[in-house]
Amino acid sequence: MAYSKQIEAALKKARASVGDRISVGSEEGLLMPSPGITASPDHIVLKLDNGYNIGIKYEGQAIKKSAKPEPRLVKQEFSYENAGHAHVRQSPGKHTITLLGAGGTIASRVDYSTGGAYADMTGEDLAALVPELGEVAHIRFESAFEKMSEDMAPADWQLLAKEAAKELNQSEGVVITHGTDTMHYTAAALSFMLDTPKPVVLTGAQRSSDRGSTDSVLNLICSAHAALSDIAEVGICMHATSSDDYCHLLRGTKARKMHSSMRNAFRPINSYPLANIYPDGRIEPLSSFKKRSSGKAKADTKFDGRIALLKAYPGADPDIISHYVGRGYRGIVVEATALGHVPTKSEKSWIPAVKAAVSSGVPVVVATQCIYGSVNPDVYTNLRILFHEAGATPAYDMTAETAYVKLGWVLAHAKGDKVKEMMAQNLKGEINPRLEPDMFLY
Amino acid sequence: MKDTGFKAGLEIHQQLDTQHKLFCECPTSRSQSFPITVKRKLRAVAGELGEVDLAARHEQAREMTFVYKASPDTSCLVELDEEPPHPLNREALGTTLQVCKIFNSTPVGEVHVMRKAVVDGSNTSGFQRTALVGRGGHFETSQGRVRVTNVQLEEDSAAPIERKGDVAIYRLDRLGIPLIELGTEPDIKSPEHLYEAALEIGSLLRATRKVKRGIGTIRQDINISIDGGSRVEIKGAQDLKMFPEIARREAQRQQELLLVRDELKGRKAKVRAVKDVTALFKNTKCKLVKGKPVLAAGLNGFVGILGREVQPGRRVGTEISDYAKKAGVGGVIHSDEDMRKYQISEAEDLKKLLGSDSFIIVAAERQRAERAIQLAVGRTRQLLVGVPGEVRKALPNGNTEFLRPIPSAARLYPETDIPPVLITSEMLHKIVLPEMPKETRARLQKLMSKDLAEKLASSNNLPLFDRIKTRHPELVAHVLEDVLTELRREGISVDMIPDERLIELFSLYDGGAFAKESIPDVIRAVAFNPEKPVGSIVRANFSKMGEEEVRAAVVGIIRQNQDAIGSPHAFQKIMGEVMKVLRGKADGQMIAKVVKESL
Repeated sequence: MAYSKQIEAALKKARASVGDRISVGSEEGLLMPSPGITASPDHIVLKLDNGYNIGIKYEGQAIKKSAKPEPRLVKQEFSYENAGHAHVRQSPGKHTITLLGAGGTIASRVDYSTGGAYADMTGEDLAALVPELGEVAHIRFESAFEKMSEDMAPADWQLLAKEAAKELNQSEGVVITHGTDTMHYTAAALSFMLDTPKPVVLTGAQRSSDRGSTDSVLNLICSAHAALSDIAEVGICMHATSSDDYCHLLRGTKARKMHSSMRNAFRPINSYPLANIYPDGRIEPLSSFKKRSSGKAKADTKFDGRIALLKAYPGADPDIISHYVGRGYRGIVVEATALGHVPTKSEKSWIPAVKAAVSSGVPVVVATQCIYGSVNPDVYTNLRILFHEAGATPAYDMTAETAYVKLGWVLAHAKGDKVKEMMAQNLKGEINPRLEPDMFLY
Repeated sequence: MKDTGFKAGLEIHQQLDTQHKLFCECPTSRSQSFPITVKRKLRAVAGELGEVDLAARHEQAREMTFVYKASPDTSCLVELDEEPPHPLNREALGTTLQVCKIFNSTPVGEVHVMRKAVVDGSNTSGFQRTALVGRGGHFETSQGRVRVTNVQLEEDSAAPIERKGDVAIYRLDRLGIPLIELGTEPDIKSPEHLYEAALEIGSLLRATRKVKRGIGTIRQDINISIDGGSRVEIKGAQDLKMFPEIARREAQRQQELLLVRDELKGRKAKVRAVKDVTALFKNTKCKLVKGKPVLAAGLNGFVGILGREVQPGRRVGTEISDYAKKAGVGGVIHSDEDMRKYQISEAEDLKKLLGSDSFIIVAAERQRAERAIQLAVGRTRQLLVGVPGEVRKALPNGNTEFLRPIPSAARLYPETDIPPVLITSEMLHKIVLPEMPKETRARLQKLMSKDLAEKLASSNNLPLFDRIKTRHPELVAHVLEDVLTELRREGISVDMIPDERLIELFSLYDGGAFAKESIPDVIRAVAFNPEKPVGSIVRANFSKMGEEEVRAAVVGIIRQNQDAIGSPHAFQKIMGEVMKVLRGKADGQMIAKVVKESL
């Protein structure tokens, strides 16, 4: 609660706390907490009996706790949190999948008492919202953590990979519910860390699950189908279009969030989707994929987090590279312009800094900030200077995010020239040597 | 009506004519074509109140597919529920504060936008955004003061286009247009007073000059009760003139229902448990019933009651049937109906089987029939209690039919995407009362005849009239109010002429570019070319002749009519001939002057 000191004192004097029915001057209602940062601290927020919240400017009006009981309806609404949720209709005869929770908007709901949104819905809560899930599979509920994905770090990827491997050995596939902001980083990380004979599907929501229009319903149903499919890869399963009609399953190393808010934000980059997944269970494969097999899932989660992702732009200062090298960073990914350029012959040339980094054993991997298309180390003189003279490593058509995650994983598994070699190897479908025109803006 | 304790209140929803929608930068105009199509599902996540059968409703919502048609001209990602709402439109808030001032309503200190759950598809988000801006207030009428409850600012919903089975189609151009909701206390004393109050609210809202006008831009709900009755909310009444009739018929319905209750009480009437009577109808000739599960409720002491009229042409049985229909059946069959009409010969056996003098039956697929008979029995039991609180839909003849029970209140929760808006004293100081309807009439009466002033004061053309700077206000008013109407009747699409063209037209007229007689022709030409500047149309077709040109023409005509010269009617004769040629091409007075001089 962020009310002014004056209001806090007045409330204290009246022995009123949030959730109490009080009167402020002539108005009466439930005392709400101040909505915080964006609201004025010298206005008291009341929920009136008609359900509306209003802010009342506090100018010394009499504050009293009300003896009048709260109308049933408002009380009911207020205690929504504690309301009994519907239970999932489990179908024991069905194949088992695991729903592994990791927070995000998909697990978010408005807290009726505070008006804030929290990522605290459990897998059971989600499945209760989508009872159809029980018709698709028998579900095991597990929770790794509750985080918004902007707050995630490599340690969270490692934990998720371990949990997923464990679950893969007990069910037919795993669905991870996850924040969307950095879902493509996690998908890439799990791709490199997991050796899986079964599907691992990441999904999330762009509209929180407590909204009538939430996209989590279709995303969850399609993800459950994907988790039972033959596609034994780490993938992202989210809306293919703005409509609630079907989802794309995207390869974990070739996906990117391309819109800040639309349902169909996740797109395949330099590839086609693995498949279209329909809510009725139909699966239309669009790419070749690794087939489901027997055998155990293994997680190799070694990861070197001392890596940085930088952007080259007109006027960018190359000292940033020396700064990271000086701080003991082990690898750097540069989002370069187009085919892989950094400022080369300009006043602030990046070439000396790159050369120094590489010669001190810190690989500099170059991806394109165009997102679509591949880096090419040979076509222009300036490219030849960067890759052949200064010793940078091309990421080819990998996204900068995938290159960043891959570099961290490779650095934990190789040294010296071997790093460069592994970066050029196609480990988990992250490099596509054959780009087709229709892959652009797919 | 005083003796019945008639009480009514109004709830007005008025669209605002702002530049942008309430939560995005889209214009508030409407579109003609809708090239974008998006299909969505909605879930009743937090639950909606006031539904007949909540579980069924939710089930239904899940089955529905909503098709949204959008135009990129009038909808962006916000209406498509693909982007968070932008901050509250300050222009709309300003108008709402002005409305608060007009209606003596007290603005809140800080406006909090709320979400109201709606799963009928009319909002892409699954909720409507609404905010309480003003508390209390009042306005005056001939029957005394009518108190205002609240003034709210909210977003309009998407316009429903079609509903086919489990697919509902909506257009998104209307979604997000700012809407003021103004509700009154039940201070309205008679059906006639209801009409007056509705007119007055409309007129006071229009005084802001910032409200939309025309069909569908204002929607009024009526709340009616009588002594011993209940509050009934009537939606969907289009024509204000029908309000008194609707009110009278609703009062009548409530009175009849109270009489029915007393009669049933006197008879010690009873509603008995539901029975499955399918077997009895195994060999029935009734096509409505045959082959379906049949459920019946026996009623004791209901003879003649079910067939009794509560409104002209509507019976107690119709009231019960309306409830059953909500379960998706065609209605109920009751024992006061003519069984021959249904080819039912089992009625007497059924009464015997049920041990009752009356019955209601429902025949439909089992689950549906069960839900329907429960709803029908529930309504029948209410007959013993009195008038149920209901939301009803206005029918064109002034009757009403059941829509849903009255919701105790809407579920509202904070719209966390929009920060609260502080109402500062600076904002309040800036709000000025607009010219009130009375003042407008007085002002216009100084410029034109009383009749014309009266007409213009309550006309949609008033804002346009006030924008036209003219030396001939009465002529402009006459053209806007009468000439445009005549041309419209002729089939000329005068409504397609942008206001800017008419402003231009009158400015050209004031500058003497064409004659008064040509005004209808100029408007016709402009209506055919609404894109073209009026100036170029006038230059090409309606240019006035100068005095020298007129003189030359007059001299020619006099020469051809030499025989008329010298006669006492020479002026009239020559003037007549000249006007045949020059009407509309030059100013009449000037022509007369030239003719006089030339004779």
